[in-house]
Amino acid sequence: MDYSRYCKKYIPYLFLAPALLLLVVFFFLPFFESFYISMLDYANDIYHPEFIGLGNYFMLFKSALFWKTMLNTLIYLVVAVPLLVVLPLIIAVVVNQKLKFINFYRISIYLPVVVSIVVAGIAWKWLYADNGILNYFVSLLGFNKIGWLTDPAYSIYSVIAVTVWKGLGYYMMIYLAALTSVPADLYEAADIDGANLLQKHLAVTIPHLLPAIALVSIISSISAMKVFVEIYVMTQGGPLNSSMTVVYYIYQKGFENLDLGYASACGVVLMLIIMFVSVLNIKKIEGRAL
Amino acid sequence: MFRKIFKSLFSHIFLVFVTIISIGPFLWLISTALKSKNENIFAYPPQFIPSHITFENFVGAWNQVPFAGYIINSTIVAVVTIILNLLFASLAAYPLARMEFKGKDWCFFAMLATMMVPFQVIMIPLYLLTLRLNLVDSYGVISGFAGMILPFAVSAFGILLMRQAFLAIPKELEEAAIIDGCNVFQIWAKVLMPLVKPSLATLAIFTFVGCWGEFLWPSIVLTKQEMFTLPVGLNYLQGFFSSNWRFIAAGAIISVVPILIFFLALQKYFVGGQTQGAVKG
Repeated sequence: MDYSRYCKKYIPYLFLAPALLLLVVFFFLPFFESFYISMLDYANDIYHPEFIGLGNYFMLFKSALFWKTMLNTLIYLVVAVPLLVVLPLIIAVVVNQKLKFINFYRISIYLPVVVSIVVAGIAWKWLYADNGILNYFVSLLGFNKIGWLTDPAYSIYSVIAVTVWKGLGYYMMIYLAALTSVPADLYEAADIDGANLLQKHLAVTIPHLLPAIALVSIISSISAMKVFVEIYVMTQGGPLNSSMTVVYYIYQKGFENLDLGYASACGVVLMLIIMFVSVLNIKKIEGRAL
Repeated sequence: MFRKIFKSLFSHIFLVFVTIISIGPFLWLISTALKSKNENIFAYPPQFIPSHITFENFVGAWNQVPFAGYIINSTIVAVVTIILNLLFASLAAYPLARMEFKGKDWCFFAMLATMMVPFQVIMIPLYLLTLRLNLVDSYGVISGFAGMILPFAVSAFGILLMRQAFLAIPKELEEAAIIDGCNVFQIWAKVLMPLVKPSLATLAIFTFVGCWGEFLWPSIVLTKQEMFTLPVGLNYLQGFFSSNWRFIAAGAIISVVPILIFFLALQKYFVGGQTQGAVKG
């Protein structure tokens, strides 16, 4: 149908106006302003910041803490993303069967997704307590108690575990939706060829799920770089900044130290990294799909 | 036959294991909240079933923290955010699905950009902006709510989801409506909107879940305790009760009840509609 003959030229813009207006005011204005703010120094007078050009960026790159937060964010990516790509896939394959109680399993596994991350953080903080239930299991196995959130060697991995735990159900559902589109006769053909269970999944399931796998790796890597609340509720970035990620650093510099310029510079760097990663991912997928 | 039984047995064992990991932390929270003062919550071995089940922790937490207010605030924010999202997303999605116009490519590009940039990158200028616009609770209740809601009143995800829904509708329906003398707004309101109800429901549900759990932005803009939403209130409670884990657990459980009811009542939508907008793109 040809709308251009039927309605006036301005009509599409009328429909778009409210959404675009909101996006411009509450996204694009702040977005572009963040570049400007990143060149201001708020340290002396928060009401009359001083223009210092790229000064904040120089300070940022010289700061050991900034590099530590970058490293922590990288650890987050490297540990959380593969787990979030693989574990939900395995769960989805198992859940994609006609079994008794299958609905109960699906709902239970999805439950952490809908519960507020603050609640999840509190629940896990309780599991991680020094005399908590996890340390009981650790002591059953004959090891010493672990300072899950209080030992700098473990804290970031403990927080990552919560992020992974909360994401399992979400990514499982994405895989499950994709699994229903795998033609059943391919499995039958594989049966006739005498393939075992693992061979069937490697030869049939995985190739069909490549787009979903790509989608999950993009979403999970972007969200791994945005993690905030888990850290805020459980460790506040500590101990000794061992669980401080870039995003948490931005929050702390901006809203606790009120060093808005420095925090914005940090935000701009993070944004450039995320855009780079996203474009890289999208290129890779396009290369595979076309 | 034997192989099949073995396979389903193995599946059950695996799924029970995953289920315990998924809901175990919540069950342990419930168990803690039901324990009385006389019971050691740090006992080794852990006591999964409380020796004396008591609701005193729930009563205590409820009496000391204004949960009802938090729930009302969260509900107001969620309902208004959902209405605005549904309205603006379905308005914007219509020309993007059906019409050709200058700048269409730019619209898509702009929306993708908003999905890629993490919120934390823009939160500082966004906070300064809401201060400049007086959209904070020190200027009154309505300003406070507006400041919490407006930055989330439209999402690129919602627009793309609704566009997908419009694309699935056969164009003949609109042609018939034009012959009947409908104008564009009538086509949108009377022909298309009734047909995309499932997608509207999906969008509403996901907006609700996102909104209900949102912590960072409200915790930045809110200054008054009367304005706290549930996650902000819950985080406050955590500090308020310091290490009284019985009360913290009870409070966390209380705050989960509304979303739990919502989720269990609408579980079909969660299981069914999740990826409508995401995978196809």
